[in-house]
Amino acid sequence: MSLKIVVLAKQVPDTRNVGKDAMKEDGTINRAALPAIFNPEDLNALEQALRLKDAHPGSTVTILTMGPGRAADIVREGLFRGADTGYLLTDRAFAGADTLATSYAIAMAIRKIKDYDIILGGRQAIDGDTAQVGPQVAEKLGLTQITYAEEILKVENNRITVKRHIDGGIETVEGPLPIVLTVNGSAAPCRPRNAKLVQKYKYAKTATEQKEEGLAFPELYEKGYLSIPELSVSCVNGDLAQCGLSGSPTKVKAIQNIVFQSKESKALTGSDDDVEELVVELLDNHTIG
Amino acid sequence: MNNLFVYLEIEEQTVAEVSQELLTKGRSLANQLNCQLEAIAIGSNLAGIESQVLPYGVDKLHVFDAPDLYPYTSLPHTAILVKLFEEEKPQIALMGATVIGRDLGPRVSSALISGLTADCTSLEIGPHEDKKQGKTYENLLYQIRPAFGGNIVATIINPDNRPQMATVREGVMKKEILDPNYKGEVIQHKIGDYVTDADFVVKVIERHIQKADHNLKGSPIIIAGGYGVGSKENFQLLFNLAKELHGEVGASRAAVDAGFADHDRQIGQTGVTVRPKLYIACGISGQIQHIAGMQESSMIISINNDPNAPINTIADYVINGTVEEVVPKLIKFYKKNSK
Repeated sequence: MSLKIVVLAKQVPDTRNVGKDAMKEDGTINRAALPAIFNPEDLNALEQALRLKDAHPGSTVTILTMGPGRAADIVREGLFRGADTGYLLTDRAFAGADTLATSYAIAMAIRKIKDYDIILGGRQAIDGDTAQVGPQVAEKLGLTQITYAEEILKVENNRITVKRHIDGGIETVEGPLPIVLTVNGSAAPCRPRNAKLVQKYKYAKTATEQKEEGLAFPELYEKGYLSIPELSVSCVNGDLAQCGLSGSPTKVKAIQNIVFQSKESKALTGSDDDVEELVVELLDNHTIG
Repeated sequence: MNNLFVYLEIEEQTVAEVSQELLTKGRSLANQLNCQLEAIAIGSNLAGIESQVLPYGVDKLHVFDAPDLYPYTSLPHTAILVKLFEEEKPQIALMGATVIGRDLGPRVSSALISGLTADCTSLEIGPHEDKKQGKTYENLLYQIRPAFGGNIVATIINPDNRPQMATVREGVMKKEILDPNYKGEVIQHKIGDYVTDADFVVKVIERHIQKADHNLKGSPIIIAGGYGVGSKENFQLLFNLAKELHGEVGASRAAVDAGFADHDRQIGQTGVTVRPKLYIACGISGQIQHIAGMQESSMIISINNDPNAPINTIADYVINGTVEEVVPKLIKFYKKNSK
């Protein structure tokens, strides 16, 4: 059976390798110092989608990302790796959304895209680490969900079989389509960009980008596949009260920088004498023994 | 009405550690709020489960006992919580930030439009003033969690929506029996009132739970490795040292991501929190998210060839050297001097 697959992907600041310049003096984040990247686990999700497409000819993979204009990079990256189309869900009214308001917007956009059998996303995004958007999108669409997926084993007769991680083990579960799946970082890594697809899609732009940057080859855009559609609140028939800050039950009351109590450390070298002296000291004070 | 609820995670017939920790925390928050503590047990063959629950000071235990409710699947447990919360209107609902809690919490919160904070490391009660709207709030739940890859700590509140929901990391709160003979009420609910057959759409075909082959959380000596260990092979050095010292091996997120160590050995905000007597950090630079999970160790030794590694600032001893060089020496001199 051919499948309609939607991959949810987020552009995130790379919080994994935060350098000393990432925090400002006042304890807030210096976003400019952190590169914007494709959320790592969303790449694992994309790979599962592309594998399904390989195994089920005629399937399509659609990238859906929500963010500011520059998040169009995520759609392009998806196209370079094998996705067929992509949408950028973008509107000032989405700003300040918590996970609930985000899920609402994404669910409305998926309703707009309409045709879907499997919705895939990473387990969680590295800027918030909440893992909430996948299950909340599923709930809003009235679909069931399989989280912490490691591998899709098969799809047949409108049922999907998935190996997933649970605390202290693994389980294999089977569920009905359509369904929402979230994929772990330990799942298969995403294939690299395909050179031909990079050539094909490198000028893919949203209407806003086309307007702002100007078009070197306007005739290219007549074919349509180079235009990345932008979806606004009104495009997806969104209720403003449920979007962005006003649709967010949770509020940030305070943000604190983390300061650890530093200790006066004793510096040693790796020489035999230093190491032996330390071991003897630890034995004497019964830290080891 | 408006009590504090804890969802109990139950593996076969045993209440999970994290749920016991939450009951203890829940009891102290309920005392502050002057409300009751209620707990929810959903599973199979739960007869007598109250003996594991009431001693934490639980006033009311809601039991949902049916064959299909174990193992956990998303929809039946969601359906139960949503309907029960609509009836009981809790002010606060807590669950573990485990695979189950992080699958269940967001679904319930989305259905109730309640707001949910994931992976809290601390919960407090306090007031809030919304200057813009000119409103003040008393007795809100402060949901405190690391954010932004663990580089900051955020305090989150749900001023207007109920229940205030939070998932809480395992091991960050302490469990403590309040009274072995605590008198609480046990309510057996009729499953058919809460769940329909259509909720059982996901089938668990196969399930393998392995009892962890190590006890990282409880070990008094931990040898932890970071990305600087360099390879899975070099991690064997750490295991050798751990064997000599009767300790356990842990790892930083970077080492786990690189495939040097198994995920269940990860220490830090996204792994386990540990408080050993001795923590030997090998080739760990000391990202904040790692330090937050081990800073309460009584003694910290850092082995690192980078004298400016952030972890060195919280270490009692800093050995400037490589893991390959220093760890075998520790083993050698331990063997020589311990006899």
